[in-house]
Amino acid sequence: MNARVGYIAFNTFREAVRDRVLYNLIAFALLLSGSAILVGQISMDVERLVVVNMGLTAVSLFGIVIAIFIGIQLVSKEIEKRTLYTVLSRPVRRWEFIVGKFFGLAGTLVVNAFFMAIGVFGALLYVAHKFQTPDGWILVALYFIILQFLIICAVALFFSSFSSPLLSAVFAFSLFVIGSFAEDLRGFAAITKGATRWLATAFAYLLPNFSALNVISSVAHQQPVSGQLILNNTAYALLYATTALCGAVLIFERRNLK
Amino acid sequence: MPAIDIQGLEKTYSVGFWRKRPKRALHPLHLTVEEGEIFGFLGPNGAGKTTTLKMLMGLVYPTGGSARILGMDLNDPRVKAQIGFLPEQPYFYDYLTAHELLVYYGHLSGVSGKDLSQRAEAMLERVGLRDVGGLQLRKFSKGMLQRVGIAQAILHEPKVVFFDEPMSGLDPMGRREVRDLMEQLKTEGKTVFFSTHILSDAEALCDRVAVIHLGELRAVGAVADLTSGVRGRVELVWQGTTIPAAMKALGGECHVTGDTVRVVLPEESQDGALDVLRRERLRLVSLVPVHTTLEEYFVEKVRKPEKTAGAIA
Repeated sequence: MNARVGYIAFNTFREAVRDRVLYNLIAFALLLSGSAILVGQISMDVERLVVVNMGLTAVSLFGIVIAIFIGIQLVSKEIEKRTLYTVLSRPVRRWEFIVGKFFGLAGTLVVNAFFMAIGVFGALLYVAHKFQTPDGWILVALYFIILQFLIICAVALFFSSFSSPLLSAVFAFSLFVIGSFAEDLRGFAAITKGATRWLATAFAYLLPNFSALNVISSVAHQQPVSGQLILNNTAYALLYATTALCGAVLIFERRNLK
Repeated sequence: MPAIDIQGLEKTYSVGFWRKRPKRALHPLHLTVEEGEIFGFLGPNGAGKTTTLKMLMGLVYPTGGSARILGMDLNDPRVKAQIGFLPEQPYFYDYLTAHELLVYYGHLSGVSGKDLSQRAEAMLERVGLRDVGGLQLRKFSKGMLQRVGIAQAILHEPKVVFFDEPMSGLDPMGRREVRDLMEQLKTEGKTVFFSTHILSDAEALCDRVAVIHLGELRAVGAVADLTSGVRGRVELVWQGTTIPAAMKALGGECHVTGDTVRVVLPEESQDGALDVLRRERLRLVSLVPVHTTLEEYFVEKVRKPEKTAGAIA
């Protein structure tokens, strides 16, 4: 990686840590340990299912909220506070700044997810007393969650490169909600005709398909995830994030920093 | 080769939401700054100083013209390794300590190796912040932030330094220190380009100044050359409290202080004024030429409406 991108990424990570973003882990730990204890008490042989489902959903939601609320401010805050001026007056290209910011936020989310994953496995061990081989699929579900983070980081950065933080938050969150129902949108497109079909299909393919990246339920039921899906989802997430990032760079390159 | 060579640089913004209309922030600007100069860029608020600096830093794109720094085009990536920039009212990453900030900026400027940390220390000492280098910037006062800003601008030993209102937020001692620092930079052979509306600083420091107003260049030159072109004036003081009507007719405003009267008149009215005093049998106490300050020159230039674009080299 370009050294300047690395320095900007590290500084973005450091900002998140020092601004106590990782404090959300405390809330997560409290939520998970409380639920594990509760589930352990009312056990009806579904404690494993409940803990995995709830734990992974919490990992995903906590991460998405952080990704959106930090991502939308990554560029606008730097412009508003004019910290960007002393960065871009150095031998730093605008694309390096955007890519550095992206990696910094993505790194923050990966570290966050890592600690949350330890919490999920800890809670699972508490309720089930031992791990089983299919529990390994939880790692795949976590990997898919991280892929979701990459997409949402890039999308939030994209919106942040041209709109206000409030609008960026609305856009990014809407995209996440609609993208979570992307499969339903595709199903809807298949049963319509004419222009509606064309429009619905275009929308379905344009929006990020978060539903394909959500295998929480099947993993909680100890069902395996196919290698093909892992490969496809990886390629899809990288392509989508790269495209959104390129869009952010293209817009930011043309922007006057008044 | 000039350190800074601006050829017709201009900026027009589109303003308005539905119906965009052009608003010119900077008329075509022609300006050269020689290597080793301290150059003052003077103008009231909203004159176009910051817009010019932002275009030179690549933060705002010009709508016309071009500029070269040390012979290199602004788009040349090598330029930015040779320049330092202090923005107006700087704000830095307040979660970092002053030392961490300088190390971060040093990395971004391509300074690496073991001596970066030592260089950051030395720089903090140079701007009088050695003892607070480990403190987070959120605990810094405005004046301290300004000093950090100066340190980050010169950390990587640039050849050309741009300061946007460097004295802003500093107390008299701080201003004096910044002035001394700019003079040090000049003795080190660096070119200093700074914008200000504090004219006494410019007068004390600059080899040459440019006056800009409403986006138009109004004048460029050495302070002495510019002020010598202003019409001369004399100050006349006489004994008594009488103000002859003929003296008022000469155009000066008379002020009675104790038992003397003081008036400042254009140089060409001097003989007429002396005749009046002789006629009225009033005793002359003093007659001295009035030195024109940069401030007076500036006020005259800024008040005077000028239609032509600032094509002054």
